[in-house]
Parts: sequence; C-alpha cells; structure tokens
Amino acid sequence: MSKSSARPLSPHLQIYRPQLTSVLSFAHRLTGVTLGIYAIALVAWLMAAAAGSQPYSIVQNFMQSLFGQVLLVGGIFCFFLHLCGGIRHLLWDTGRGFELRAIYASGWIVVAASTLLTVAAWIVSSILAR
Amino acid sequence: MRSPLGRARGLGSAREGVESWWLERVMAVALVPLTLWFAASLIALGRSDYATFIAWLKTPLAALLMVLLLIALFTHLALGLRVVIEDYVHSGAKIPALLAARFACFALGIAGILATLRIVLGD
Repeated sequence: MSKSSARPLSPHLQIYRPQLTSVLSFAHRLTGVTLGIYAIALVAWLMAAAAGSQPYSIVQNFMQSLFGQVLLVGGIFCFFLHLCGGIRHLLWDTGRGFELRAIYASGWIVVAASTLLTVAAWIVSSILAR
Repeated sequence: MRSPLGRARGLGSAREGVESWWLERVMAVALVPLTLWFAASLIALGRSDYATFIAWLKTPLAALLMVLLLIALFTHLALGLRVVIEDYVHSGAKIPALLAARFACFALGIAGILATLRIVLGD
C-alpha cells in the first residue's frame, strides 16, 4: 500500500478546534510534570536550609527576585490547576459527573477556582509581606 | 483489588495494574491537605529569615507533615510520570526514561526527608 497517498488525517490539526475538555486534560498532565520540576526545587530548598544560613539565603534571595516571584506565581497557578483538576478526576473516579453538561460545568469551575485561588494567594501574601 | 470472578477469568490488561492506579489516588487524596498546608505555610513564612524558618520546621507538626508531604508527593509523581512516559514515549528511550523517572523520584524523596531530619535533629 502506498504511504504517500494524501488521505485526510484525524484529528486534522489545521482545522482542529480545541475543546475545554481536551485542553484541561492536557493541562492536567502538563501541570503535573511541571510541578515535578517544582518538587526538585522544594528538595533543593530543604537541602540548602540543612546546609546552613548562607546557602539558604542564596535560595531566599533568588525567590525574592523578579524572576523568582514570576516562577512562584506560575508554580502556585500550576498547583491550584492540578489540585482542582485532581479533585475533578477523583469525583469522576467515583463514577459521577460524566454527563456532557456536568463535564463542562466542572471544567469551567476548575478554571475559575484555580484562577481565583491564585489571585487570593497572591493578595494574602502581599498583605502579609507589608 | 481484583474481584474473584475477574481473577478466575484472567481478564484485564496487566492483571496487577489496579494497585498502582489505586496508590496514585490514595496519594492524591493525602496530597490535598498536605499541599494546602504547605502552600499556607509558605505564604505565612513569607520573607522570614533563616532562624524563623528553622524554628518553624523544628516544630513536631511541621516536621511530620513535611516528611509525609515528601513521601506522598514523590510517590504520586513517580506514578504520574510513569503513566505520561508510557503514553508518549514509544521508542527505545521508553525503559530508560521509566527507570530514570523512578530513580529520580526515589532519590529526591529520600534527599528531602534526610534534609528535613538534619534540620529537625540539628542544633
């Protein structure tokens, strides 16, 4: 059979319209892997603290830099998206919420909740930092 | 985790996949309060200095929750990475990637626990 025949492929990526369901499914995996990288940072942070005040202050100074703050906010958003998406997955594991309406409703709840929680975390930490 | 009927019929994919699937969920449930505690602690600690951070981690509750967090986090991460690698890597790199992910998660988890213990048991 000729492999060069120009038969249509599915999904056809040029005309593929992403849905909330597939975007959130992929985002859950992507944030999971991303949080794995943050987990490495957590261990590095603990090891720096165990090594003494000098290594700890290097990590602390990095986290307070602009780049560090951007990384922290990004990490917090990944965390809340994965947390809310994870709770949605646990709900599905009980066999509930598979109707199309429920899937879209829970999907938008995940998007809204993780955004609000990220903003709330940022506001609370800003108030405490004063 | 398998029903006697399912076992007798020998149905199912790898016959013991349910355990790792279930363990990933058990760790996910554990991680809900543990990660929320950690996020709240990070916010509360804010820009505190070294002494404040050490004093916080030396409290029995923080030390216990940190060790539990590291165990649940890296168990969940190892199982999740395994699923992702199995789904997307089909070349000869699959087995090395699976091994690397598993070894890294194990080593990082132990390293985190050892660092926590050094802080807790230190002066």
